[in-house]
Amino acid sequence: MASAINNLLDWLLTSWLLSGLGLSVSTDSAIGYVVAAFIHIALIINLVAVGALVFIWLERKISGRIQDRLGPTRVGGKFGWLQTLADGLKLITKEDLMPDGADGFLFKIAPYISFAASIAAFIAIPFAGGPYPWIAQHLNTGVFFVIAVLGLEVFGVILAGYSSASKWSLFGAMREAAQVVSYEVPLGMCAVVPVLIAGSMDMVVIGNQQAGFFTNWFIFHDPATFITFWVYFTCALASVNRAPFDLAEAESELVAGFHTEYSGLRWSFFFMAEYGSMLSVSLLASILFLGGWHGPIPIASLLGLTAENGDVAGYVGNLLGLTNVLFKGVVGVSVMIWIRWTLPRLRIDQVMATCLKYCTPIAAVMFLGAVLWQYNLPGRTFFGLLAAPPAMFSVDEGWEAPPAVTTEPAKPAMVEVRVEGLTPQQVAANQERGN
Amino acid sequence: MSTVDDPRTIEFDVRTDEMLVNMGPQHPSTHGVLRLVLRTDGEIVSEVTPHLGYLHRCAEKIGENLTPRQFIPYTDRMDYLAGMNMNLGWALAIEKLMKYEPPEKGRHLRVIISEMGRIASHLVGMGAYGLDLGTFSPFLYAFRERERILDLFEEVCGARLTYSYLTVGGATADLPPGWVEKCEAFLTQLEPIIVEYHTLLTTNSIFIKRTAGIGVMSAATAIDYGTSGPVLRGSGVDHDLRRDGEEIYTAMYDGYAFEVIVEKNGHYPKDHQYPAVPKEAILGDCWHRFYVRMLEVMQSIDLVRQAIDRYSTATGNYGEPMKLNQKLPKGEVYLETEAPRGQMGFYIVSNGEAIPWRARARSSSFCNLSVTSELCRDCLIADVPAIVGSLDIVMGEIDR
Repeated sequence: MASAINNLLDWLLTSWLLSGLGLSVSTDSAIGYVVAAFIHIALIINLVAVGALVFIWLERKISGRIQDRLGPTRVGGKFGWLQTLADGLKLITKEDLMPDGADGFLFKIAPYISFAASIAAFIAIPFAGGPYPWIAQHLNTGVFFVIAVLGLEVFGVILAGYSSASKWSLFGAMREAAQVVSYEVPLGMCAVVPVLIAGSMDMVVIGNQQAGFFTNWFIFHDPATFITFWVYFTCALASVNRAPFDLAEAESELVAGFHTEYSGLRWSFFFMAEYGSMLSVSLLASILFLGGWHGPIPIASLLGLTAENGDVAGYVGNLLGLTNVLFKGVVGVSVMIWIRWTLPRLRIDQVMATCLKYCTPIAAVMFLGAVLWQYNLPGRTFFGLLAAPPAMFSVDEGWEAPPAVTTEPAKPAMVEVRVEGLTPQQVAANQERGN
Repeated sequence: MSTVDDPRTIEFDVRTDEMLVNMGPQHPSTHGVLRLVLRTDGEIVSEVTPHLGYLHRCAEKIGENLTPRQFIPYTDRMDYLAGMNMNLGWALAIEKLMKYEPPEKGRHLRVIISEMGRIASHLVGMGAYGLDLGTFSPFLYAFRERERILDLFEEVCGARLTYSYLTVGGATADLPPGWVEKCEAFLTQLEPIIVEYHTLLTTNSIFIKRTAGIGVMSAATAIDYGTSGPVLRGSGVDHDLRRDGEEIYTAMYDGYAFEVIVEKNGHYPKDHQYPAVPKEAILGDCWHRFYVRMLEVMQSIDLVRQAIDRYSTATGNYGEPMKLNQKLPKGEVYLETEAPRGQMGFYIVSNGEAIPWRARARSSSFCNLSVTSELCRDCLIADVPAIVGSLDIVMGEIDR
């Protein structure tokens, strides 16, 4: 008994606190693993819930400004910042309605399935990188996991539409199924391009490779990735059901689509899922294309706020990285909001045509383009070509420069310019940890 | 095959892949309380049947129990988005019966007010059409400008929606001092904003995709179904009662320079300053109906300016409102006027008393709506709001 408590305390001190400091969680102890999992999931749920709160407020504020209105102004003092919370309270107190002919179990479980799928994607999304990344579960197939889990959200929507006993809901579910399944294809193809360049599906590795100035971001890696980013963003809009692709809830056609019959808290769970997904695809875009936790100017590494200068420095550096990731995510979500309040909605056949005739072929060609670039100009970026030697960038991992090569004196230039300030030994250690 | 009307027969006659859906009467995009029964096969709509009567308020029967001036407030509530034009239609019909001719100043005042009403109405038509296509913001932009017109109307008559301002014999009051200048200032501000609307909707590629080539109505169909107004002119039929109407109505526009907004040889009048017709658009489709409305706003701005010039120089009175219980001459009249949504007709039979013996209205939206089932054959569900929205109906006028 005593030893168990000792183990737990030991674990809490070493693992929980360390994980709070951004250190990785060990899987040695089962209890510690469970505790750590709970801590992580609590953080993620908070992020999604608070994120939804903020984004709904932001959406109302931005749409208000776009439409020559003020938006919420009163609740919570200035700027109406507590408006969403007040709405949430209202939704909780509303009557819990269910249509007579509805399939009760499926009807009740559908919003939670959507919500669970939406938050599950955050498990593999890193919020800061470096040698000790801030990530709930460091998966070496992170990109694959996030895209796969995002696709699960559609199950909740289909169940909601099927179980509502409403024709409009059924239409919404049918549209959602067709649309999301189609858009997963180009979305995946676009996500594969950064994976190809990085030579890894590990999001931490992908993010770390974009260290340095903004010219190292994968969006500026070569013309193919630049176009891929925009295709990715379009497909992401479609796969999270945002205008102009919000066919599943098209209010002028299907009343409210799949959530026509939902009210109160369950309805709000659908919304939290939607805003959670918006955030997760934006975060994915920021990590795959926009440098992740690296700002446009590498302030953290210029100030020496990296892990090799001590834990505290690494922690502060990661905090900066977290700010960067969240800022890029919020910008992505804001652009989605902006698009929603500007453009008319496409028709279902046009949505499908956009996917199959434009997005998928473009993504395929861009994939080919990225392959050719990697093959002919390995490890060089577009901006790297302009400035004669590729000074800021080198391939960190993968086929072009496997870890063993980095220690060889034959290619000293490559070693010196890799992740700033790290010695080859640290890099090797980092890679071992990363893999 | 059974009819759409009786759901019981359909249950037995149904094909496995067909579904009957009620769009309305409570639905976000049916412009009030229209009920459309859609027969759908997946996303494809094979048949649309409009059902009316949810907003019936016996307006015509009330007209047989009130004197003409007492009935004016009821005309406001017919096409509630263009109350001024409804007032005018009724007033002109009674004036035709009484063989009354309003003085010069009252004539120009009526042109100012009714054309402003047309602008206000078309702004709603434009904004609500954006709403039907899934974009919310143009609706609020349109209402921003419409509010300014309503403010002007409020100054004129104290009401913002149900004006009862234009009345038999002229108007209830003259324009207040300084109103004309405010009106001119507003028009100067509105003109560049219309260009913004064009960039936001008319030339938006998604908007063109959703409207061009959708709901194509040939000129013959348009005439067969008795459509009128922008719906008729969007099909390329050169007909506008302001030019082609009866003498008593066209006399109001005597001396005004305006061209009927209709496509001739691939061009609209004065369309060089506006976006060109996209190559996907076919004459008679939703895009053309929308475009005609947008051009009519500019036409009305021009007409209001001309009318303001004439009104300012005209001397004398704006008219003498008819007495509340004045006896009507014996007889029977029918007069159609060009309301924003088309030809609004009033039919009055008088047996010499103060109260008409019969009062009937011919609604433009009613005829325009009747073409829905023809246009919505084999379209997609998303096209139904797009087509119904392009007809720009007002249920208050249809059900009366």
